[in-house]
Amino acid sequence: MTEIQEDIGTEPSIGRHSVGRRRFLGYLIGGTTVVAAAELGLLSGQAAAKIPSAPQVFDAYDLSDLLTHAAQPTSSLITVTINEDGTASFALPRAEVGQGITTAAAMIIAEELDLPLKKIDVTLAPARPELIWNQITGGSNTIHAMYTPIRVAAAVAKKTLLEAAAAQLGGVVDELETRDGVITDALGNSLTYGELTAQAASPDTKAVEVGLKDEATFTLLGKPTNRIDALDAVTGKKVYTTDLDVKGALPTMVCRAPTLNGKPTKVLNAAEVKAMPGVTHVAMVPTGVAVRARTFGQCIDGVRALRVDWEDGPVVGESDQDILSGVKAAELPMPALPNTPLAKTIAYDFTFWFRSNSPMDTNSAIADVRSDRAEIWSGLKNPIVTQQQIALELGLTPDKVKVNVMQAGGSFGRRLFFDGAMEAAQVSKAMGVPVKLMWHRSDDARVGRAHPLATSRVRAMHAAGEVLAFQQSHTAVEMDLRHGFGEIVTALAADLPAGLGNLGYAQTIFALTTGIPYDFGVLLQTLNETDTRFNTGAMRNVYSPDVRTANELVVDQLAKAMRKDPLAFRLEFCRNERVRGVLKKAREVAQWGKPMPAGTAQGIAVHTEYKGASACVVEIDCRPETVGRRVRDAVTGPRVMKATMVTDVGQVINPRGVEAQMQGAINDGIAMTLTSSLHLVDGHFEEASWDNYFYTRQWNTPPEIEVVIMDSAEPPGGVGEAGVAPTAAAVACAYARATGKVPTEFPINHRDPLAFEPKPRTPPIPPSPTDGLRWTY
Amino acid sequence: MPEQTFILNGEPVTVDVEDDVRLLWVLRDILGVKGPKYGCGINVCKACTSHINGKAFNPCAVPVGKLDAKDEITTIEGLPGEVPESKRGEHGLHPMQESWLDKDVAQCGYCQPGQIMAAVALVKKVRAEGRTITDADLDGIRNICRCGTYTRIREAIREGEQRM
Repeated sequence: MTEIQEDIGTEPSIGRHSVGRRRFLGYLIGGTTVVAAAELGLLSGQAAAKIPSAPQVFDAYDLSDLLTHAAQPTSSLITVTINEDGTASFALPRAEVGQGITTAAAMIIAEELDLPLKKIDVTLAPARPELIWNQITGGSNTIHAMYTPIRVAAAVAKKTLLEAAAAQLGGVVDELETRDGVITDALGNSLTYGELTAQAASPDTKAVEVGLKDEATFTLLGKPTNRIDALDAVTGKKVYTTDLDVKGALPTMVCRAPTLNGKPTKVLNAAEVKAMPGVTHVAMVPTGVAVRARTFGQCIDGVRALRVDWEDGPVVGESDQDILSGVKAAELPMPALPNTPLAKTIAYDFTFWFRSNSPMDTNSAIADVRSDRAEIWSGLKNPIVTQQQIALELGLTPDKVKVNVMQAGGSFGRRLFFDGAMEAAQVSKAMGVPVKLMWHRSDDARVGRAHPLATSRVRAMHAAGEVLAFQQSHTAVEMDLRHGFGEIVTALAADLPAGLGNLGYAQTIFALTTGIPYDFGVLLQTLNETDTRFNTGAMRNVYSPDVRTANELVVDQLAKAMRKDPLAFRLEFCRNERVRGVLKKAREVAQWGKPMPAGTAQGIAVHTEYKGASACVVEIDCRPETVGRRVRDAVTGPRVMKATMVTDVGQVINPRGVEAQMQGAINDGIAMTLTSSLHLVDGHFEEASWDNYFYTRQWNTPPEIEVVIMDSAEPPGGVGEAGVAPTAAAVACAYARATGKVPTEFPINHRDPLAFEPKPRTPPIPPSPTDGLRWTY
Repeated sequence: MPEQTFILNGEPVTVDVEDDVRLLWVLRDILGVKGPKYGCGINVCKACTSHINGKAFNPCAVPVGKLDAKDEITTIEGLPGEVPESKRGEHGLHPMQESWLDKDVAQCGYCQPGQIMAAVALVKKVRAEGRTITDADLDGIRNICRCGTYTRIREAIREGEQRM
């Protein structure tokens, strides 16, 4: 999302070769220890005011808010604090959901400060409304946006410590050396950062000009580094929302309607359920009927026992095909291209079914709502708009709502929204007690946000060995972007009547993320959206997996029509040097064109986004003995046996983290093309379990994955989502080459008979099994 | 309310709770043992995988009343205690946890305690069968990782097998 900011930014480039000579302004914040700060918007934040598609932002932006912010020139700073124990702390105004940004941020601080990595403590900042557009985690933008600001803050801290050391040791700063948090003079006298911090502190806030460390002297950035939270993760100590103990916040779950987004009208047996073992409260909220109990197990029993009258949801009676018909009806006419013996037009219409972002850690939140204030804990990528919207809901002012950002067990787009936090606030208010709300897996699959159903029509005209025109018209169920750019002003702009505001956002994001990296003559890409009745949102890599799958499949058909090798064809028509670089590397590393047995094939696809480029080559096996593998309660089908990802993400902070994100993205791309979708049947989604919604499993994952990270002098780009689109597209292309049939619906198995017995809709969540001891091994 | 007694991570525990409450909630909501995670509650995702008497199982699917006072439940918190100190690694952990750190397997980390507990049981199972881990064994692991760190899980299990 914040990608937009970069594209229209006017600040000079921060390429490796320019940053070293530049001077930056930071601040030393008044206090008793060294607290060094930089403008978070140092490079891109100011540009946020120019987001092209935010209608009337400044009309809606309250003048008093503006004045408040204008009166606090240092309030929007990010700070690095040097503690007396010699550690440094930093509260990252972003969400860690597994993508590794806490580790990357710690590495950047450690490098600039010359402190060991283990002495850097990175936490997640609570909602800070003064940051306005600068507290959204999206668009794989964190490191791109924060690399320099974090360095500046750390550099200010180091400079301040050095000056204090010079004063105390009686020398000049230039003669001092810093290493591992110790400052040493030429005579060997030394002081630690911890010893110096109180002394170096300034009673008043002052501006400090600094240069940054020469990148040629880096010892940590660019080195494969393990995650700073790995030890906590493997010992069970990492704390997610549902692991947090907040006094009085007992387990709470919600009984939901048998149709999507149906609403409760009457609870028929509240007293009976309230009398069940462990149950303390039963309350109706807009989304269902909440049950609070001593344990989540007793919540499950309570939810299952509830009898509720429901008002049908907005898609009652409708199924996949009805929604697809609606989307097709909203398709815009495409300019006609000729199809003559001289100029041929290749035309394909593709369908992409609903997919769920389904993180492991379901929507969950803790809420403690009192009459005059509230506090929320949840994994949130948009904590500011969360705070503002919950305050509105509760009738409080935003400053009375504290919103804490928790580490989350995955996001994949889900945590751009705050459905759990809002619902927890409503439940806590209705019950008058703190609650720890958790969605059941079946809630998360059926009611949780999904990647919208879409069609993509591609028309490509070629003549005499040239591509003269390439048109793509994408039409989709509306992708909800009402989180705006992280705060309420743009969120409200996105919520203009009749979806107009949202469509403006959607078209902007579409336009800024889905480029075609080839010289194909007249390029035209359009987006239209329709149908606002679903719970949707951006899923990892937003539009690109669908868009790129559709257009890379047609690229292969163009190559075929011209009797050219798919990879050679791409190289010939490529108009982006970085794409060309990854293509050539992929050709070599993946041994493109090697002999493959019948029923198997390689596929190639590229993608450029997030200030980088990636090429993916997969080898797929579509032979009957592979497709027909039997695993209980599972989808097998074609298997990607090997995936090679060559990626140029600009300057690399942590190659180990980049590799991890690419490995994960490969599994996401495989799921999107081969196995995972939601089926809408008679007004509700059928999937209610991980054995219904078929995300990639061990029996689907490639036995072999190779990730190659290109050397690059470009500034750090985005990593977390970059690998999904090229994989999804490469798998589709490989499948077409292996089977000789161009697939036009994704995932390819969507119309197969359901591979599971759908769970009942009433009660809305399945019973807890009792036979666990039969399955020990 | 009935008293439930069993052995948890080497120590006997007694809890006042109804027989039919699944062990996962007794561990998490009453005893405060948060390593086993909730991912589905119906023994599918395997995020809560723990050990009972040294074998992998899923406490979301076991009513606490089915446990015997002598049943030994081990969660990720107690895993290092399943091996003698001489077998523990540089972080004082079970060899499989050490391999997990070595390979930097975790992304969001949520499924990882369950993955590790499953991996340990799998190595012990194939060892009891007089063989070593195969690709087919790895393909058969049902634990879901939605971040898709399957490759590193496979690498860590093979390394952990060597260390165990």
